[in-house]
Amino acid sequence: MKEFGYQRALDVPGAVALLGADPEARCLGGGTNLVDLMKAGVERPGLLIDVRELPLDGIEFTEDGGLRIGATVTNSDLAAHPDVRRRYPALAQAVLAGASGQLRNMATVGGNLLQRTRCGYFTNLARPCNKRVPGSGCPAIEGEHHNHAILGASAHCVAVHPSDMAVALAAFDAVVHYETADGPGELPFAEFYLPVGDTPHQETALPAGALITGISLPPLPVAASSRYRKVRERASYAFAIGSVAAALDVRDGVVRDVRLALGAVASRPWRALAAERVLIGKPAGADAFAAAADAELAAAEALPHNGYKVTLMRNLIVAQLTELAEETAR
Amino acid sequence: MALSTSSAITLNINGEKHALPVDHRTTLLDALRERLDLTGTKKGCDQGQCGACTVLIDGRRAVSCLQLAVAAEGREITTIEGVADGETLHPVQQAFLDLDGYQCGYCTPGQICSALAVIEEHAAGWPSAASADVRPEAGIPPLTPEEIRERMSGNLCRCGAYVSIVQAVARAAAAHGAGSTPGIETQGVETRESETPGSEVGPAGTAGAEVTA
Amino acid sequence: MTTTTTEATAVRKAVGTAHTRVEGLAKVTGAARYAGEIPFAELAHGWLVVSTIARGRIRSVESGPVLAMPGVLTVLHHGNAPRVDTDYVGMLGVPPDPTCAVFQHDRVPSLGWPVALVVAETSEQAREAAEALVVHYDQEPHDIDFAGGHPDAYPLDGHLPAVAEKGDLEAELTASAVVLDAEYTTPEEHHNPMEPHAATARWDGGRLEVVDSNQGATWVVGELAKLFSLDPSAVRVRSEHVGGGFGSKGVRAHQVAAVMAATVLQRPVRVVLTRRQMFSLAGYRSPTSQRVRLGADADGRLRALEHRALSLTSTVHEFIEPSAAVARVMYDADAHHTTNTVVRLDVPTPTFMRAPGEAPGSFALEAALDELAEKCGIDPIELRLRNEPEQGPVSGLPFSSRNLRACFEEGARRFGWADRDPRPGLRRDGRWLLGTGTAAASFGAGAAPSTAVLTAEADGTFTVRIAAADIGTGARTALTLVAADALEVPPERIRVRIGDSDFGPAMIAGGSMGTRSWSWAVMAAAKELRERLALGADLPPEGITVRSDTTAAIGALAQKERHSFGAQFAEVAVDVATGEVRVRRMLGVFAAGRIVNPLTARNQFVGGMIWGISMALHEEAARDRASGGHVGADLAGYHVATHADVPLVEADWVDDPDPDDPVGIKGIGEIGIVGAAAAVANAVWHATGVRHRHLPIRPDRVLQAGTGRGSVGERDAGHRR
Repeated sequence: MKEFGYQRALDVPGAVALLGADPEARCLGGGTNLVDLMKAGVERPGLLIDVRELPLDGIEFTEDGGLRIGATVTNSDLAAHPDVRRRYPALAQAVLAGASGQLRNMATVGGNLLQRTRCGYFTNLARPCNKRVPGSGCPAIEGEHHNHAILGASAHCVAVHPSDMAVALAAFDAVVHYETADGPGELPFAEFYLPVGDTPHQETALPAGALITGISLPPLPVAASSRYRKVRERASYAFAIGSVAAALDVRDGVVRDVRLALGAVASRPWRALAAERVLIGKPAGADAFAAAADAELAAAEALPHNGYKVTLMRNLIVAQLTELAEETAR
Repeated sequence: MALSTSSAITLNINGEKHALPVDHRTTLLDALRERLDLTGTKKGCDQGQCGACTVLIDGRRAVSCLQLAVAAEGREITTIEGVADGETLHPVQQAFLDLDGYQCGYCTPGQICSALAVIEEHAAGWPSAASADVRPEAGIPPLTPEEIRERMSGNLCRCGAYVSIVQAVARAAAAHGAGSTPGIETQGVETRESETPGSEVGPAGTAGAEVTA
Repeated sequence: MTTTTTEATAVRKAVGTAHTRVEGLAKVTGAARYAGEIPFAELAHGWLVVSTIARGRIRSVESGPVLAMPGVLTVLHHGNAPRVDTDYVGMLGVPPDPTCAVFQHDRVPSLGWPVALVVAETSEQAREAAEALVVHYDQEPHDIDFAGGHPDAYPLDGHLPAVAEKGDLEAELTASAVVLDAEYTTPEEHHNPMEPHAATARWDGGRLEVVDSNQGATWVVGELAKLFSLDPSAVRVRSEHVGGGFGSKGVRAHQVAAVMAATVLQRPVRVVLTRRQMFSLAGYRSPTSQRVRLGADADGRLRALEHRALSLTSTVHEFIEPSAAVARVMYDADAHHTTNTVVRLDVPTPTFMRAPGEAPGSFALEAALDELAEKCGIDPIELRLRNEPEQGPVSGLPFSSRNLRACFEEGARRFGWADRDPRPGLRRDGRWLLGTGTAAASFGAGAAPSTAVLTAEADGTFTVRIAAADIGTGARTALTLVAADALEVPPERIRVRIGDSDFGPAMIAGGSMGTRSWSWAVMAAAKELRERLALGADLPPEGITVRSDTTAAIGALAQKERHSFGAQFAEVAVDVATGEVRVRRMLGVFAAGRIVNPLTARNQFVGGMIWGISMALHEEAARDRASGGHVGADLAGYHVATHADVPLVEADWVDDPDPDDPVGIKGIGEIGIVGAAAAVANAVWHATGVRHRHLPIRPDRVLQAGTGRGSVGERDAGHRR
């Protein structure tokens, strides 16, 4: 780890000023990913701006009846919050499915959004990686990629985004709010993460020098009937090999509303819009759920060792929707 | 102007203030072990992947290997050395000792600090990934062995003392009023050679005693 | 002093009664100090730099810029490091693994090979400088491809012979009513003790002192003395608390590098391996490829048994994982052929890892037995009991004791085996398919010469000094109980000091032989001390001290088949839609000699069984063909079972005292893992109807196999490499 300066920011303008003044500055939230990557030599900031004490740790109702979640709210506080658990249970479940009790106490919402991939080549300085060193190559495509992307990848990068929380946020149309020296801004979740293309090192659409201040969730009645399910290679404390955040509203046997997002399949949390389109207005049942899964996964492109994920995601989508349909029918 | 890469800080550890200069790179874990001679907090992976370095920061468990010391200034830190009340062990420590909730002992301080927090988090009504329903209307799930296992999963034990660790946490939680599963704590601990009767795994097709209770 | 005889009648037998660990208070309060935690004045920190290529030569080590960095004291590499002598045979009867003899030449035989040590005033400075050190290589093509049928494989004797054969295999196979021919594989597995390897070396008045985390102070002293051409009396190794070993904590690069740096700098130097470095420097279990052929009569009696196992080793040192040897103990057959072969590749040297040979070997053999039982339509336990040998199947030697049948009978009763429907794929609980499985276990029971020093103190207490290592086994407590009974005093009057080579030569904590070997030495010392005390002389202020040596007694043991045995049972739940497998309960019943401390012994058995769960479902180190190194060499990339993976696992035992051991001990450190992975795999078959012959039983493998009848092979399951 190289040496760096440290500043504790006390207010948002102060943090934004520090961030804007130094291109080598990075924000330090819980540090659960950043400090790890600094130890690995992947991140080499010249200045850390500690944002933990910024007054961004609230969870409040918005005027339209949605929720506004501050950027420094810890994962633990987010998952324990009664309104999150009541109105967006899949979000609480997604957060609880991630990492460990210790890490959730440290990790912040803002930092969680900016998590870097857990691809083994990304964190190994001795190997090429287009995300770490643009243009150096992607050894995962020919190498170890059994937990890599089946959707939206490119010939330049097949890494997946590791966040569970972000999968639920993608399903619920969250909006990311930020502050820059030029004032506040916001990005809908669908635009927050950039497609991989030939620039896998550019992961988000956040402007340079922007500080994430929070996220907002729209009022979303269907989210009250939602679930997150995660499959991994041990029962806990492991990253997903596939996950689904789903919300379903079935009335009179017909799908009235649905939200579906997939995790560990792409460089970003993957909103399954194609599947949602198939489902709306259709009779809730095995046929429709399978058709929806197939519609979403039609674009899947498997590498030699991750083809199982197509089957896994198809099964997970169907299982998750079936379970929700049974629940809402009760 | 070159930024300073070190700071003079004061850490509040186990109720005592420690003033020390730190290189900003110094983690709380290394500050404890290499600067303050508080070596009870262990370094197992230095990457947040094992839980051996778990301490309490402002009453909440955290991995000290990913916590920069400079960023811990002003916060109340409790390490394993501060868990007992003088000569009197904390009930969690006593349960680990009595029920053999360890083998090599290296993950033990982290397991104990984590267990302290698990009991508090459960008492505060936090759900876990093992909770069937996270909605507040569902109420607080009982601290079953399955709940304990999920909540303790951030603490690896390579010796494989998990069974007795879960029993120890259950015993301490029950003493704390968490209403854990009756009987779980004695499962598998007694021996033919000692006075207590042997416990048995149930017949095929039935769940173990811990699941039915 | 009061005599012990009057008290003795009131003393309850300590051996066989549950006792909490004597160092337990220190462990639960954080007071127990491990190797990297002993303070030293003027301590400097060393950080190893390892190769980023798998084969080639070091062209240059660019020390200059690094030496100018803050706090950096020296950079050791092959161009300037002290020379060491590797031309010797160590305590375990083998020459040293050259991986430990660091910085002696420019050759790089594997990725992660130590190429330099950077020493600095603080660990942060050492780490940054080590990361900044530029090493130039001349890279050569490497070969890390391991697969069954490798043309360069050759038989190799390790701690067990390569080949054991009797009878005409092909003739018996031809004559068999039922034949099974199957291939099994296990992946590269790593010990990953929670405490990383750590050593601090310093010169103290002409003596080399090393505070270290190891499985045997005697072992490490011997190796360091030989490497540095020192008299063993000029080296002292201390190792009071050890955070797990499992076979990985012998002499490794970090101790040797620390000694070199302490010698060059003339100040204490500490070297700690990072978790990532442990994957290339701490040894590991080789992947295996195993072929088992069984031929049986219609009633299940074995006519033919063949087990051929392939493992790998490095190009610099021969180590073999003798997976095929377990059958030589377990089952009789008219024709019985077992062969262990190895292939040399551009990888680090593997080493002993909990139940070396038996762990992977029992997976293949006990899974094969389960398949044979299915083919014969015989209950798997009954099949095993029908093939119980009267004597060593190949050796013809008598068993010292063999209580496998009792383990199966007790285990089957407690597990509810009698109610089991043998047909696969029938039981369901929601999304989960349920199944149960069983397997047999065995592990060698041995003892090795040790010395112990025992003092009757003037205050009526006793002090045992022995260079034993408590790596989590509970040895310190067990020796306390053994000494208490031998001296007929309560355990509270016994003080056991271990982990110091100055206490005299002693066996390592390994091979399930530690506690037995040390207990023997303690018993011998106690016998002599009681004789001395019986003379009735007053105790001098310094007490009376005796020293024992068991070399002659152990050398006089008759040749027998000496083993522990066990029966493993597992129930699993499998979701074939997601590939998830969960173990729901597990029971092991063992015949493993006299159990000294039921509390810690149960924990250790259960721990071994949990290793079996972890081996069956999780553990696998993935190597990248292009670089020859690991991908994800950490505890997030290499999964070991965590709390949520482990249900209520129970272990118990049947009476089985070893008739030739003074205490009746056989050893329990390893048998818990043996057969455990097979029991899980057999249960997965019973749940799903699919034979998983390749570990670990990952979600992708389960998913692709579904519930189709048959097995999952490498081709259809997508092996990771």
